[in-house]
Amino acid sequence: MPIDLPFIWAGIIAFAVLAYVILDGFDLGIGILFPFFPEKHEKDLMMNSVAPVWDGNETWLVLGGGGLLAVFPLAYATILPAIYAPIILMLLGLIFRGVAFEYRWRTKRAEHLWNWAFTGGSVVAAFFQGVALGALVQGIPVTDRAYSGGWWDWLTPFSIATGLALLIGYGLLGATWLVMKTEGEIAERAKVFAFRLAFATVAAMGVFSLWTPWLEPAYLDRWFGYPTIVFSFIVPLMVLGCLWVIVSGLRNGRDVQPFVAALGLFVLGYAGIGISFYPYIVPTSLTIWEAAAPDSSLSFLLVGAVVLVPMILCYTAYAYWVFRGKLNPDEGYH
Amino acid sequence: MFENFDAQILARIQFAFTISFHIIFPAFSIGLASYLAVLEGLYLWKKDKVYLELFDFWKTIFAVAFGMGVVSGIVMSYQFGTNWSVFSDKAGPVIGPLMGYEVLTAFFLEAGFLGVMLFGRQKVGPGLHFFATAMVAIGTLISATWILSVNSWMQTPDGFAINEVGQFVPVDWWKIVFNPSFPYRLTHMVIAAYLTTAFVVGAVGAWHLLRGTAPRRAGVMFSMAMWMAAIVAPIQIAAGDAHGLNTLEHQPVKVMAMEGHFDSHPGGAPLILFGIPNTEEKRIDYAIQIPKLSSLILKHDLNAPLDGLDTVPDDKEPPVAIVFWSFRVMVAIGFAMLGVGLFSLWCRWKGTLLQNHWLHRVALVMGPSGFVAVLAGWITTEVGRQPYTVYGHLLTADSISPIAAPAVAASLIAFIVVYFVVFGAGTFYILRLMARLPRDPMPDLDDGPIRSSGITPAAQPGHHGGKHAH
Repeated sequence: MPIDLPFIWAGIIAFAVLAYVILDGFDLGIGILFPFFPEKHEKDLMMNSVAPVWDGNETWLVLGGGGLLAVFPLAYATILPAIYAPIILMLLGLIFRGVAFEYRWRTKRAEHLWNWAFTGGSVVAAFFQGVALGALVQGIPVTDRAYSGGWWDWLTPFSIATGLALLIGYGLLGATWLVMKTEGEIAERAKVFAFRLAFATVAAMGVFSLWTPWLEPAYLDRWFGYPTIVFSFIVPLMVLGCLWVIVSGLRNGRDVQPFVAALGLFVLGYAGIGISFYPYIVPTSLTIWEAAAPDSSLSFLLVGAVVLVPMILCYTAYAYWVFRGKLNPDEGYH
Repeated sequence: MFENFDAQILARIQFAFTISFHIIFPAFSIGLASYLAVLEGLYLWKKDKVYLELFDFWKTIFAVAFGMGVVSGIVMSYQFGTNWSVFSDKAGPVIGPLMGYEVLTAFFLEAGFLGVMLFGRQKVGPGLHFFATAMVAIGTLISATWILSVNSWMQTPDGFAINEVGQFVPVDWWKIVFNPSFPYRLTHMVIAAYLTTAFVVGAVGAWHLLRGTAPRRAGVMFSMAMWMAAIVAPIQIAAGDAHGLNTLEHQPVKVMAMEGHFDSHPGGAPLILFGIPNTEEKRIDYAIQIPKLSSLILKHDLNAPLDGLDTVPDDKEPPVAIVFWSFRVMVAIGFAMLGVGLFSLWCRWKGTLLQNHWLHRVALVMGPSGFVAVLAGWITTEVGRQPYTVYGHLLTADSISPIAAPAVAASLIAFIVVYFVVFGAGTFYILRLMARLPRDPMPDLDDGPIRSSGITPAAQPGHHGGKHAH
């Protein structure tokens, strides 16, 4: 049997995007929750909890985009013009948020401005990532290797809803991260947010799941046709299981558990989306085989990815390990 | 203000604007990362505190510059898709994997160890911390290697075929990565980054020498920077000359524009030092020229014939005036750098390196010159390869997304506003950091950004050991 390179690469790209969503998800979540923690020392602590890792987290976004260009150039060339405005707005949001990590410490007078840049940038980036996801799921028309829809096609009630849903979900990741990384009053407040956002996230996933199948006949068929209908029943049960784990972790003071279960919710939601539109990479216009680069491109990069991705995971894990455990607010940093 | 602009020209302006801003930061951080690794290495070797103090000083500046480089770089990685989607579809199979390797081998390495370098001094031992610094420095060099390979391939494409849907299909990856102009371009750029950083470090050292603040630290950094200028500026001029000969071989039209040769010169071409390119009349007005010198430089023969732009169809000509001027700016700065290097050698020989205020004033004025030279060099090479994106094969006009002009105009305005606000503020903070060379090894705790600069009191051993149970 010949090796199905586009299929392998679809898996790697999917992994990179999932890694991005959960990793940058929690540090964007910190930015989203920033205004709800008014004290300066709380903000300092929150920012320091992600300062050593945010840059690495965001690199997965570059791998997602760069990887798409490398292995599915036609998908890259048709998706990005279709979501032109959300992508530009997301990038502008990420600019403000990214520089706030350094600028905030460089000024007393303008500190509050960079606090708002951090929050505003995080909210805008998260919301428009959700909008872009919604626009992708609702379908992108392609004719003659080019995007053939209008410039405002991305803007629909569905994409606005997915934008809000992602904002809520990232907020949950941020809140459970704080529960895990902090102590005392700040952690107690984070628990209240985590509790509420967990229910809101699951509700948003419910709305998304009931809405999606009616967007495209292909999705409806996938969700309620055999054998995939099995997943349509198992996934919601597992989502409820994650919710229970988050709530019980928050009640019993097991501070790592809610964060892990919140990651679980994201993995499940992500799998659900993947199941809906596989094997399309540009729903419902291009499959992964139609959009794939020639095998000579796929195999060249695969050799490196097979060796390098495990190495990256190792030293990324090491970097997290160096900064493990609860933050000590008395220390000069962290 | 954009009525007369179509989507293509707007997209080109947007790309030029965003990449010009972006290139400033890598040019600085490539050199600075290596400088930091050298400083930390010297500290570990010689145990002289001055190197550690300089490390902490420049580390903070590096962190701000690196942050700006990251966010402006993410914009670049998506702009291929938004504005240049046809180019992405066609050239993606070749350039995509190269950029993929840049992410896998360089970006993750830099990002992964940056946190340890900036925040981890108390959490890991000195050896591991130095390792992290070295990994960041190596990451910046690997990154430069891949992206210069991509750019060089677009200038001198090799090792590919074109398939039935018009995509560039890789045939020989060795020829793609090591395409004809890659070694010259990479050498020229990395040296440019080192020189740029040397002149910034030299200017900061000169500033503090002139003001008399922290003379030891200022003296050490000034001396290191001037060694770099003296040794590397002549190497750069030689590398630039070799690059020029390579360009003549593979992109002769670009050299014609750089030299201002509108006419062919069958009996040996003059070197035009200055003049005003008149693109309407296709000649250089008020030219000051040295007969036959261009032939001597480019062909090593006084009477060698050189073709001019009259041999090229008008629609395959790059914009001559831009290339002509930017090339002269770059070369002039290169020779000015060489002058500073020689001046510093003379002062060093006389034993007045740290006393000669004229040298310090010149070095201070030359502080930003590397950035200007880098920008001018990139303008020369990028404008000079027009009207193509992939030289000789894919026209810029055929590379653009099927996009409406108002969308490109709106995003261009947004980028301009945001970049000036955000990077303006960053430049201001960097300049303020540079001006405040701390008098004491331990800065006043209320004075600024000690948190992420990491110049903090050492944590007590075992202070938080009990909290790391999980």
